[in-house]
Amino acid sequence: MRPLQPVGNTTRILLGISFFVLFFAAWAVATLGGYVPKIFLADPITMVKDGWLLLTKFGFAHDIAITIWRVVGGFVLAAIVAVPLGILMGAYKPIEAFFEPFVSFARYLPASAFVPLLILWAGIGEKQKLAVIFVGSVFQIVLMVAVAVGQTRRDLVEAAYTLGSGDGGVVRRVMIPMNAPEIAEILRLVLGWAWTYVIVAEFIGSSAGIGHMIIDSQALMATGQIIFGIIVIGIIGLVSDFAFKLVNRWLFPWRLA
Amino acid sequence: MTAGTLTIRGVSRVFPGSRGAGPVTALQPTDLTIAANDFITILGPSGCGKSTLLRIVAGLDQPTSGEVLLNGRPVTRPGADRGMVFQSYTLFPWLTVAENIAFGLREKGMAEAEQKEIVASYIAKVGLRGFENHWPKQLSGGMQQRTAIARALANDPAILLLDEPFGALDNQTRGLMQELLLGIWEREKKTVMFVTHDIEESIFMASRCLVMSARPGRIKLDLPIDLPHPRHYRMKTSPEFSALKARLTEEIRAEAVLAAEAH
Repeated sequence: MRPLQPVGNTTRILLGISFFVLFFAAWAVATLGGYVPKIFLADPITMVKDGWLLLTKFGFAHDIAITIWRVVGGFVLAAIVAVPLGILMGAYKPIEAFFEPFVSFARYLPASAFVPLLILWAGIGEKQKLAVIFVGSVFQIVLMVAVAVGQTRRDLVEAAYTLGSGDGGVVRRVMIPMNAPEIAEILRLVLGWAWTYVIVAEFIGSSAGIGHMIIDSQALMATGQIIFGIIVIGIIGLVSDFAFKLVNRWLFPWRLA
Repeated sequence: MTAGTLTIRGVSRVFPGSRGAGPVTALQPTDLTIAANDFITILGPSGCGKSTLLRIVAGLDQPTSGEVLLNGRPVTRPGADRGMVFQSYTLFPWLTVAENIAFGLREKGMAEAEQKEIVASYIAKVGLRGFENHWPKQLSGGMQQRTAIARALANDPAILLLDEPFGALDNQTRGLMQELLLGIWEREKKTVMFVTHDIEESIFMASRCLVMSARPGRIKLDLPIDLPHPRHYRMKTSPEFSALKARLTEEIRAEAVLAAEAH
């Protein structure tokens, strides 16, 4: 090994998979070997069995669908508000001066702490779940998009001006297309965080969803089910990450050229 | 082709001081008239204010005093009538070569078919056939600057401004780029203002060469270059060319010495 020396494609994949194998092996040894009591941590085999039961008998697929819908719904709403605002803040400094201090402050307000308040305001229905994810995502997206757009290369903006662009043209034809890949990357990142908020939101006052199943399983001491739920979230995250990367590669070929 | 007359009247630029340092005069009040279809080179040591003058003409910087008139109309902000080629590579990385060249035409709202025709003709003029659909990243520095020249010219500006456009290229590529640009100018004519610190370049390209003093900059010499056209690279070794080069070398050396002492 030498610093920064690249690794081959096959080796990379093998290395990535081998940590998963190692992780599950260590877990199996700890639980099946009797080092950890079953009541605290289920072994992998029980976990798979529990998971199968969940999916076939207890309609867990419906819970998964509900959770995905909440994350995507709240996240899309947040993006619709935050991306245009972030672009405006990055492009126009007075708008940034107006919003930035408040958004920076609001960003540190933990979304989970809003759960009780949002229940008071919006009840325990879907509106409240979407609101938690919205609150958790919107400020993060605004700030990160504003920073990315604010760092648009000055010389490209000047080039556009000398080619006849007006102020709106510079935003539309330089700042947005130039930062589009960066904005997509920000959305990918924040979507990952949104998954944390949805589970927290589902812990309280919920009748469906992955988080609801996890809390129910806790009452039953069904650690196998809890772990299965957590792993399902991990897999969904992995898949959505991969999909995001694929779409980015297709949307922004100039980045890879 | 459009060609404009440029008048610079008493233009100066003082940068306000920062962090306790006093204000810096980059450019002393300068008067200059550039006739239509003239090729002006501005030669000077680094930091002499030659780029500042060009940026003021482009409208990217505001003069502290004086005014710039293009065809009698005052310049207040950047516009498509003053095309610019920068030293840094400023092609839009998300657009192909052809889309980069069409950028200004699209901004004008020109019909697609007409855009295509103009783009194709400039692709041919700068020798980039076959590279229309390449991304800027895939091009060498020389090819990127050729595209940048095509992009600026496709807009048919009244004046073309170039800020050390070949400064980052290797010597051989630079020589070829000079011939390419000069060839286009000899065939089509255009008012050109070309900033450089390369003495040979400033003679070879110019119909008129202006030498600037060390900071605070002013024009200390206005030298017509009466070498015949079309110019060939072999002209660079002719006695007339060498004499001009010797003279400008002395002029610019004196300023470089002053600039070095000031630091």
